[in-house]
Amino acid sequence: MGSRRTLRGTEKTMSDGTTNTNRGGYLGFWVVGAILLVAMPLLNLMPPEDSWFHLSDFSLNRFGKFLAFAILALGLDLIWGYTGILSLGQGVFFGLGAYCMGMHLMLTIGKESVYGSDLPDFMVWNQVKELPLFWKPFYSFPVAVIGAVLVPVMFASLFGFFAFRSRIKGVYFAIITQALALAAWLVFNRNDTKLGGTNGLTDFKQVIGYRLSEPGTQRVLYIITVLCLGAAYLLCRWIIRSRAGRVLVAVRDSEQRVVFSGYTPANYKLFAFVVAAGLAGLAGMLYAPQVGIITPAQIGVLPSLEMVIWVAVGGRGSLAGAVLGAVVVNYGRSILTNYFPELWPFIVGGLFVLVVLLFPDGLVGIIRSLKTLLRSRETGAGKAAVAEGKR
Amino acid sequence: MTERGSIIQCEGVVVDYDGFKALNNLNFIVDYNELRVVIGPNGAGKTTLLDVICGKTKPASGRVFFGQRVNLIGKREDEIVSLGVGRKFQAPSIYGNLTVWENLDLSLKRKSRGVVPTLLGKSTAEERAAIAQNLETIGLKDYAHTRAGSLSHGQKQWLEIGMVILQDPSLLLVDEPVAGMTDKETEQTGRLLQSLAEKHAIVVIEHDMDFVRQIARIVTVLHEGTVICEGTVEKVQADDRVREIYLGRQKVAHV
Repeated sequence: MGSRRTLRGTEKTMSDGTTNTNRGGYLGFWVVGAILLVAMPLLNLMPPEDSWFHLSDFSLNRFGKFLAFAILALGLDLIWGYTGILSLGQGVFFGLGAYCMGMHLMLTIGKESVYGSDLPDFMVWNQVKELPLFWKPFYSFPVAVIGAVLVPVMFASLFGFFAFRSRIKGVYFAIITQALALAAWLVFNRNDTKLGGTNGLTDFKQVIGYRLSEPGTQRVLYIITVLCLGAAYLLCRWIIRSRAGRVLVAVRDSEQRVVFSGYTPANYKLFAFVVAAGLAGLAGMLYAPQVGIITPAQIGVLPSLEMVIWVAVGGRGSLAGAVLGAVVVNYGRSILTNYFPELWPFIVGGLFVLVVLLFPDGLVGIIRSLKTLLRSRETGAGKAAVAEGKR
Repeated sequence: MTERGSIIQCEGVVVDYDGFKALNNLNFIVDYNELRVVIGPNGAGKTTLLDVICGKTKPASGRVFFGQRVNLIGKREDEIVSLGVGRKFQAPSIYGNLTVWENLDLSLKRKSRGVVPTLLGKSTAEERAAIAQNLETIGLKDYAHTRAGSLSHGQKQWLEIGMVILQDPSLLLVDEPVAGMTDKETEQTGRLLQSLAEKHAIVVIEHDMDFVRQIARIVTVLHEGTVICEGTVEKVQADDRVREIYLGRQKVAHV
């Protein structure tokens, strides 16, 4: 059994029943925030390129991608870690967000495209003569930004409404969300969908007038991603510390009791699912301009499964764990795929099995038990010294 | 409470599980401020009776009235809860990952159970006082900030009773509260239920005859889905059919 499973490790409940964090929680947030927001861009800008401390443009950009994934992981943790509902379709919401932004970026390429047409290149290849109607609103940057969050939110509302009303739960919910991921993958792959088919959307040139190839633009995108991650973290933390957040945990622990306490669990599940979808869409929106391409391969069944693994490895039921997991697994992926690209699926699968069997609380759980171990050794150190003296 | 008459009235209730009649033309009436104990052998339909009242099971026929006028048949579980019916389940069903205080806080009766009011809601001083009072009643004052999952079995049962009380129900349905409890815990539970009976109508299902003798005023005996006897403990124990049912199986009732 090992250490007891707690949801909020460092939190203390005050005598009046309201929950307050001790300073450690806030301190951690500001320290990590300062490193990500200030130190990383400075290490990119200040030291000369041959310095050991220099952070390359490539590394900073890659890290921005990981942090976008971390935003998605926060949402997934809310629905899976806290509410206990496994969604294997988060890639779909991520994809909707990424494609909304991607469409805008395609339209701003303009005459710079290979064929010099106002239409995106893939439409020229596919002999599409006129811009499809649903593309037109995406000329507007605000529409793309708002749409990237709103489209997944609306889609998740509709899908979740019917799923949760029909009392679909547990493994059945996991399966239908996986089916959703497969269906989305198939739809986005079709040329008739007019979203670039298998090749997706790519070859972006600029965003609101700034060249994407400029390191400065990427640096700003990185900083925006950090700020969004911070906001997403605070949003999720506010939710889980509210009474509604405790209802989410209650749904996981004993849904029957929740019903007979007068709550409607379906509404709470829908709420968590929709917030998770919105965060996934935001992550997709930030991903597209930083990575420069979005294809159906990034939104299907396998990517959706990997997202679950990020949270499992980091530690579900802990927001910091979700962020940590997304960064660590993706960093591992980007290193390992350099050396053994074909081994990655086995490594990530093995990692998942290992975590589920041995470390159900993930990296955060390991760190927590190391801390308690150290603390008990500290207090035990005095006794050990006495014993040593006697010898 | 000033209301008089019956708080719950079941008329001709039939529950049919693919031909097996869990309840068969059952008539059952409980008055306001009554502590009623329902006994009967396994499969007599005791838990099914509670399931019908709280909306978990839909009967094939029959009527269930709450108060004088409200028909509970066809209502959703949460609607029945808000009318004032509280249910304590047989196996403790509490939120193991929340503290005792948080468990009670979620159960406390409030204006709305919607997502947005619950998200924005803050505890008032009165609410905190009600929870503190409740902790006292159920004897868990020293465990307010303990994770509920780490309580003992008996404490979990009391916590769930406390959670149901905080919903401020006028009728409490309690399913085998002392199963698996030590003698001391059983006795404490009996006292708890008796003190609650001063303000609420309570229906308790129980097997343990010593416990029944401790708390019961009126006992209803169920057998094969119908009421076969009703009255004081002495009257029920003297009843020939009750003797037959129990002695035919085992000497549980010490009659």
